[in-house]
Amino acid sequence: MLTKRIIPCLDIKDGRTVKGVNFLNLRDAGDPVELAAQYAEQAADELVFLDISATEQKRKTLANLVLKVAATIDIPFTVGGGISSIEDVAILLKNGADKVSINSAAVKNPELISNLSNQFGSQCIVVAVDAKKIGEKWKVHLVGGKIQTEIDLFEWVKELEHRGAGEILFTSMDHDGTKKGFANEVLSRLSEENNIPIIASGGAGNISHFVDAFTIGKADAALAASVFHFDEISIIDLKHKLKQQQIAVRI
Amino acid sequence: MIAIIDYEAGNVKSLQFALERLGVKSILTADPKIIINAEKVIFPGQGAAASAMKKLKDSGLDTLIPKLKQPVLGICLGMQLLCDFTEEGNVNALGIISGKVKRFSDNVKVPQMGWNTISGLQNPLFNNIKNYEFMYLIHSYFVPLLAETIAVSQYDLIYSVAVQKNNFYGVQFHPEKSSKAGQQILHNFLNLSP
Repeated sequence: MLTKRIIPCLDIKDGRTVKGVNFLNLRDAGDPVELAAQYAEQAADELVFLDISATEQKRKTLANLVLKVAATIDIPFTVGGGISSIEDVAILLKNGADKVSINSAAVKNPELISNLSNQFGSQCIVVAVDAKKIGEKWKVHLVGGKIQTEIDLFEWVKELEHRGAGEILFTSMDHDGTKKGFANEVLSRLSEENNIPIIASGGAGNISHFVDAFTIGKADAALAASVFHFDEISIIDLKHKLKQQQIAVRI
Repeated sequence: MIAIIDYEAGNVKSLQFALERLGVKSILTADPKIIINAEKVIFPGQGAAASAMKKLKDSGLDTLIPKLKQPVLGICLGMQLLCDFTEEGNVNALGIISGKVKRFSDNVKVPQMGWNTISGLQNPLFNNIKNYEFMYLIHSYFVPLLAETIAVSQYDLIYSVAVQKNNFYGVQFHPEKSSKAGQQILHNFLNLSP
């Protein structure tokens, strides 16, 4: 049986791992390569590296870090942050990334997703979608949630699947950093309306939040950062608890 | 020397690193002489079947690979291309193993992405691997059950997660991304007798 994935996210700024509350007030949580190896050891199913400074500073790639990570760990990992062209993706994949995550560039140029999936295959194209509830609508946001667009979340994800995205990394800006749980209703709707895997992101605070993301939210994977980085939740513990709730996990 | 067949089939860096971690030297090459003389050959694969077959044909590797005599390991798309036909792009593949590669139905999310169990293990390739071990998979198409099936997995239906015919082995999962158990399978492959 395909298992639900637990994915620690390493936010990277200037080569170091950081995680802020609502993307602000960054705290240092260590060396990314070392942290990655530790997570692989602790039964993390996958890792995501997001260069949170990339979009703002137009920094192109994390190529060197990717190479170091690929040499060290033996589980899959995704790299994102400021990726905006076929060339960016080619370098990251060539250096050993399994998947890339595209965010703002997909909104600015949706054709990029079609081109990337044609060139590299859907399996390595993750699209990160940040959204926030504005009135009654969920609107897509850009630049780490700072810029609101008029794009409807649900229509956008359908378009992304149609264009060949292999997976959606959905972050609710309303939940991110709150530690009050994932956006389960939205997640469940995304999962029902689309036929590609959905990663839940934003809001993990305790183990029952993960249970809810998989049962109520029907997510295929759940991503979190600070609860793992600061050892508030151990991945092994989490997986044992999920298993007790009849959720299929890799232990 | 281990030859990894180079036909621009996506991410092979992780595979090279995994072999390095096993202390084994590998060379990424499309040179027929090097491939024919390699002790073992790994046939990786990622991306779309039709464009992969086109690249193999353009370089003549499509006729070279079926003639290889040493152990050959097809990984992911590399395993699927050992079959004679794939629904992905409706193209003929290498025809080493008689079977048609199919797409998962829409009853499940496609691609299958993540860790699934492998069972029914019956091959030296799986020495020291426990039944229902977890492997990392990422694929939209699958090889159905065949006479050559040496391990199965279940997603939508029960399908071949590994096959073997003579010196040709194929695994749908990525051993290079499947933690210690994946490393063990690569180790087993490298230790197969010629």
